[in-house]
Amino acid sequence: MVRGIGKYLVNLPAVTGRRLVIALPLIWLAVFFFLPLVETLQVSFTSPRRGIPPYEPLWGIGDDGFFTNFTTGNYALLLQYWSDYFGPAFNSIKLAFFSTLVCLLFAYPMAWWIARSNEKWRTILLVLVMLPFWTSSLLRIYALIGLLNPNGFINAAGLWLGLIDAPIQMMQTDFSIYMGMVLTYLPLMILPLYAVMVRLDADLLDAAADLGGSGIQIFRTIILPLTLPGIIAGSLLVFIPAVGEFVIPALLGGPDQLMMGKVLWTEFFRNRDWPVASAIAMLLLAILTVPIIYARYQDGRDAVAETPNPKQAEAG
Amino acid sequence: MGRMNGLVLSLGALGFGILYLPIIIMVIFSFNAGKLVSVWSGASLKWYAGLLENDQLLSAFGTSLLIAVWAATIATIFGICIAVAFVRFGNFRSRLALSAIASAPLVMPEIVTGLSMLLLFISMESLFGWPSGRGVDTIIIAHATFGMCFAAVVIQARLRDFDMAIEEAAADLGATQPFIFLSITLPVIAPAVVAAWLLAFTLSFDDLVIASFVSGPGSSTLPIVIFSKVRLGVTPEINALATVMIVVVAVAVIGASWAIRRRLSSRDQNQ
Repeated sequence: MVRGIGKYLVNLPAVTGRRLVIALPLIWLAVFFFLPLVETLQVSFTSPRRGIPPYEPLWGIGDDGFFTNFTTGNYALLLQYWSDYFGPAFNSIKLAFFSTLVCLLFAYPMAWWIARSNEKWRTILLVLVMLPFWTSSLLRIYALIGLLNPNGFINAAGLWLGLIDAPIQMMQTDFSIYMGMVLTYLPLMILPLYAVMVRLDADLLDAAADLGGSGIQIFRTIILPLTLPGIIAGSLLVFIPAVGEFVIPALLGGPDQLMMGKVLWTEFFRNRDWPVASAIAMLLLAILTVPIIYARYQDGRDAVAETPNPKQAEAG
Repeated sequence: MGRMNGLVLSLGALGFGILYLPIIIMVIFSFNAGKLVSVWSGASLKWYAGLLENDQLLSAFGTSLLIAVWAATIATIFGICIAVAFVRFGNFRSRLALSAIASAPLVMPEIVTGLSMLLLFISMESLFGWPSGRGVDTIIIAHATFGMCFAAVVIQARLRDFDMAIEEAAADLGATQPFIFLSITLPVIAPAVVAAWLLAFTLSFDDLVIASFVSGPGSSTLPIVIFSKVRLGVTPEINALATVMIVVVAVAVIGASWAIRRRLSSRDQNQ
C-alpha cells in the first residue's frame, strides 16, 4: 500500500507537495486551536441566557439588521466578586509556585544521582523516572488518595505502629495537593535537569576540589550556574500546567482549596455560566502569558545553542 | 563531599519513594479481599473478576482505545508534516506562524483547550451543521490537535540528526522528494515516529479534562468513568484496573528501553 501511495505522490509536483506539508498542519491548527481561542474570547464578552447554547451570540444579522451583544459584564463580575475569583487565582499561583519549589527540591538530587551513576544504573533510574510519566496521572492520584485517606494506608500503618493516636487529616489540605503535584510533575522537572547535569564536565568538579573548594563552594560557584538552564526549563514545565491544574485540586483538595481550573470547571458544568467560564479562561491565559512567552524565548535560545547529540535524541 | 552525597542520596531516594509508594501499595491492595486500601483481609482476585463483568468500565475502555488509536494516528501524520517543514524547508513564509501555533498547545492549560474546543464545535454546528452533537469524533479531533504538537517535537529531534548526505545522494541519482521521504527518511526516523505515536496515544488515553468538555452522551472515555467513580469514593475495582494498566505500560516501557539499548550497543560495536 505504501508503494501505491508513493507512486501517487511521486507524480505530484514537488512545490505542491511542499505547500501541502506546511498547509495541512497550519490549517488544522488554525481551525482547531486558534479559532477556538478567538471563539472563547468572543463568548467571554457575551451574556448568559437560558437555552442552547447558553449564551447570546456576540454579533449577527437579525430582522433589524446588524446587532451586537457586547458586554464586559463577565469581567466586571470577576472584579466584583474579587474574593471568589481572585482568591483562587492567587491560590493557583501560590500552589503552583511552591509545587515547583518542592519538585525542584527532590528532582535536583534525583537528577544528580542519575547523571553521576554508571551507564547501567543510569538507564535503570531513567526508566524508573519515565515509567510513571507513561502511566495515567489520574490513576496515580487515585493511588495517592488510598495512601492519604483518613482510613488509608499511612494512617493505618501509623496507628498500628503506635506513632499516632488518631488518624491525621491529610486529604483536602495543602499537603495533599503538594503531594499530588509532586507525584504528577516530578518527571517533568527531572528530565531537563538530567539533560544539563549529564553534560557537566566531571573534571571541572575534580579540579575545584583539588584546589581546595568546599562542597558548598563548588555547588554555588560551579554546579548551580551550569545547571541553571535546566532549573529554568524544568520549573517552567512544572509551573505552567500546575497553575491551570484541575484534577489535583478536584480530587485531593477540599472545598477551600480553590484553584482557577476548579472554579472554571464549576462555573461551566455546575452553574452553566459559559460566558463567565470563558472570562476565567482568558484570565488564566493572561496570568500565564509571561511564563509562556518566556518559555518560548528559552526554547528558541536552546535550539540555537544546542548541538544535537545522537544518543540523546535516540532516547527521546 | 561525603556529607553532601548522603543528603543527595536520601533526598533522591525519598523522591523515588514518593513516585512509587502509592503505586506499589495500590498494586498490593488490588489483591486484597476487603474493600480498604489499609487493612489486609486475605488474598483475592475478586476485584479483577469484577472488572471483567463491569460493562461500564469495559465499554469506556473500548471507547478510549478507539479514540486514542485514531487521535495518535492523525497526530503522528500531522506531526511528521510539522517536523519536516521545520527541519527541511528552511525559512518558508509561514514559518513563524506555524512555529507559534504548533508550540502554544504544548503549554496551554488543558481546561482552556477543552472549553475553547467545545465552544468552537458548538458554533461550527450552528453555522455548518457539523459536527452534529459531540461524541467520539470531536474527542478524536481535540486529542489529535494537541497530540500532533507533541509528536512534532519528538520527530523533529530525530530528524535533525539525520544525515542529509543520504538524501542528497538519492536526489542526485534522480529520486523525487516524496520517493526519498518514503523510502529513505521514513524508515530511518521510524523509531521516533513510533515514539511519537505512543506519546500521542498515551496523552489521548489519559486525558480527562479535554474529553470531559468535548464528549457527548454515550462517548464516555475511561478517564471520565474513573473520575466519576473516584469522586464517589474508593472503588477497589479501580485498583485492579490501575494494576493491569500499570503492568502493561511497565512491560512496554522496559521492553522499549531494552530494545533501544541493544540497538545502541550493537551500533557502537559496528562502528
